[in-house]
Amino acid sequence: MDFFHVLIVLLESTIRVSVPLVFAALAGLFTERAGVFDISLEGKMLGAAFAAGAAAAVSQSVWVGLAAAVLVSVLLSLVHGYASITQRGNQIVSGVAINFIVAGATVILGEAWFRQGGRTPALVEGARFQIVNFPGADAIRDVPVLGPIYADLLSGHFLLTYVAFAMVPISWWILFRTRFGLRLRAVGENPGAVDTAGISVIWLRYRAVICCGILCGFAGAYLSLAMTAGFVKGMTAGKGYIALAALIFAKWRPVNVMFACLLFGFLDALAIRLQGAPLPLIGRVPVQLMQALPYILTVVLLAGFIGKAIPPKAGGVPYVKER
Amino acid sequence: MDDIAIELRGIDKSFGPVHANRNINLTVRKGTIHGIIGENGAGKSTLMSILYGFYQADSGEILVGGRPVAIRDPNAAIAAGIGMVHQHFMLVENFTVLENVMLGAEDNQILNKGIAKARSELKRLEREYALEVNPDALIEDLPVGLQQRVEILKALYRKADILILDEPTGVLTPAEADHLFRILAQLKAQGKTIIFITHKLREIMAITDEVSVMRRGEMVATRTTGETSVEELAELMVGRRVLLRVEKGDSKPADVKLAVQGLTVKDSRGVTMVDNVTFEVRAGEIVGIAGVAGNGQSELLEAIAGIRRATSGSVHLNGRPVDVTGHADPAELRSRGLAHVPEDRHHVGLVLKFEESENAILGYHHDPRYSNGVFLNIDAIRKDAEEKIGKYDIRPPNARLKTANFSGGNQQKIVLAREMERDPDVLIIGQPTRGVDVGAIEFIHKRIIEMRDQGKAVLLVSVELDEIRSLSDRILVMFAGRVVGERSPEATEGELGLLMAGVEGRKEAAE
Repeated sequence: MDFFHVLIVLLESTIRVSVPLVFAALAGLFTERAGVFDISLEGKMLGAAFAAGAAAAVSQSVWVGLAAAVLVSVLLSLVHGYASITQRGNQIVSGVAINFIVAGATVILGEAWFRQGGRTPALVEGARFQIVNFPGADAIRDVPVLGPIYADLLSGHFLLTYVAFAMVPISWWILFRTRFGLRLRAVGENPGAVDTAGISVIWLRYRAVICCGILCGFAGAYLSLAMTAGFVKGMTAGKGYIALAALIFAKWRPVNVMFACLLFGFLDALAIRLQGAPLPLIGRVPVQLMQALPYILTVVLLAGFIGKAIPPKAGGVPYVKER
Repeated sequence: MDDIAIELRGIDKSFGPVHANRNINLTVRKGTIHGIIGENGAGKSTLMSILYGFYQADSGEILVGGRPVAIRDPNAAIAAGIGMVHQHFMLVENFTVLENVMLGAEDNQILNKGIAKARSELKRLEREYALEVNPDALIEDLPVGLQQRVEILKALYRKADILILDEPTGVLTPAEADHLFRILAQLKAQGKTIIFITHKLREIMAITDEVSVMRRGEMVATRTTGETSVEELAELMVGRRVLLRVEKGDSKPADVKLAVQGLTVKDSRGVTMVDNVTFEVRAGEIVGIAGVAGNGQSELLEAIAGIRRATSGSVHLNGRPVDVTGHADPAELRSRGLAHVPEDRHHVGLVLKFEESENAILGYHHDPRYSNGVFLNIDAIRKDAEEKIGKYDIRPPNARLKTANFSGGNQQKIVLAREMERDPDVLIIGQPTRGVDVGAIEFIHKRIIEMRDQGKAVLLVSVELDEIRSLSDRILVMFAGRVVGERSPEATEGELGLLMAGVEGRKEAAE
């Protein structure tokens, strides 16, 4: 039973750390399926986390914080869109620029406004998300096997956690069952086909980029309003890049994206869990190695374990009408 | 005026300094097939793009069915009943036929509601015009002929009365092209108007009712097809008399210069592209390889040139073996007397950002004439380039100009001059006249014949059957990676076409 308990704890924390990855990877799914590569998931998430922390601290309202997160993230997305869609700039350069600007700006603004070394003030109850407990969770916790699964694994998360996992089938439905999704996928494969069908390539791509902004906003808000009570500088810690890796690993498919994010989340949770604990046969493993595990796995998986990941054909290429 | 489908009045369009269309007037009658012919860069595609709303004309008027319309985008063109089949298909390859047909005309926000309707409409169109295609097939799994059919269905699905086809036969086998012509005749019989753009005179004569000729952005003439001739059209296109048939004497084959034995090439996915191919080329003869693009000709050429590893088999150059399965080195092959004019001059043959003179020595820069081992001898290189420019009539005659600024035909001449002037023993040429104007084609063909008459062994790969037939002394046909037959250049087009489609070849191999 002890092993089972450990497993439940591990899976519970897997879900907790996977949420921002799911949001960010789905965000990337929307833009990349539309043919706009986005390396700035990281920056948008960080900007959103800061906006959420700052706005919630000032307004004392979690909803104002969430709205600010989405707004900032969408604005950053539009900057990326303007550079890469309207101005046909290099999408990687634009994305990297956003990551750098946000990394610096959040610290400067945080220090200027709150004078806590780049942090935002710790959020009190009401200004951050609360745990949602399912009815009867406490009552059946002691039921063997099913009890802990229901009470600890399914119940007891933040509202945004449920939103994140609900977004997986919703994103699938939007992409594969609606007109918008059909056109969005088409524009990422062959924008010429979309243009000649009388649909605006530019407006379509902007809408995809806005979808990305909204989802990155949720990811950032989760970091500073749910996972922790306030913004800490650099708190995304590369999650945007991991989400990007998960997206490629999942071959740009929504349900695969969720499983990829859970896998990376699991490794992260495992790394935390195993810190300092001796492993059988191997002995004590340096903390740094455990922390590096998700990243090492990313490299290994992307280097060839998953077979050929075929990106959207028009990805990264600005659309120019052919002469 | 009821029988006029489209009228263009005074269409003018410039891209920066390039005047693509000058004061174009064109009248297309309803229910006819109207051909538009002209060399590459004559402005045909630009004109059609204006008609389809891809570009805006700087000035001029478009009348559809007698009424002036403003066509600002493809939507307006579709609304006016104009549909276009593009030269490069505008299809999403990992979508199904149905999804491609629906794209942009879905009716509903939610796909499910529109799918049933689209499916039954597609069925009706298939029946009405005899255009069968499986609606659930993925585009990438369909042969090009069927992909083109999907493009036509797309236009019909949008209720197009006027169909524009831009160079539609470039990607088709002769049999597929014939099938397309039958479809077009059928569409015409149903009252559709068809504008057919091409640079192939034969096609114009075969199916059009009227033909308009463009040259350097101007509409120079319109003729009733029955009252004109290939010779007249060619002259109108080029602006001077052209020799359409290459004059050549009998070949005098001598020693074997290039011998290919059991050559097999697999691509990176392990798919066999060239399958156990054996042939030889003698000094003083031209061996042509015919076939629909993608049947292994490219890989064969690349393997012989040492750019691509062969899986098995052998190649002998001047009687000495080439290490085609191991470390064949293009530079070494060149030094042993092999010259290669690659199929894709933009990506393999030239560096478009370089000056003409630099491209004229590309790959031969170690030659002591051009460099002392460390520094290039710029003066010698430029002087040499200028000689070639004169000899090959490369225009504009400026060795310092960036190669990207030359037209396709002149770029091709730069590559040909570089390779032919090395005085090789064996010359292998891929698609010598792809994207090249009629005038330049004549010149290039003459030079290839001259090389033969000087006793070079020439291996020629082209998807243009006419070219293969008029230049070659022997024709090998490739299908699915194998040589499925050898014919003399007197073989009929139909006979070769069947071989290219893999029909005859299978029978022959079985016997």
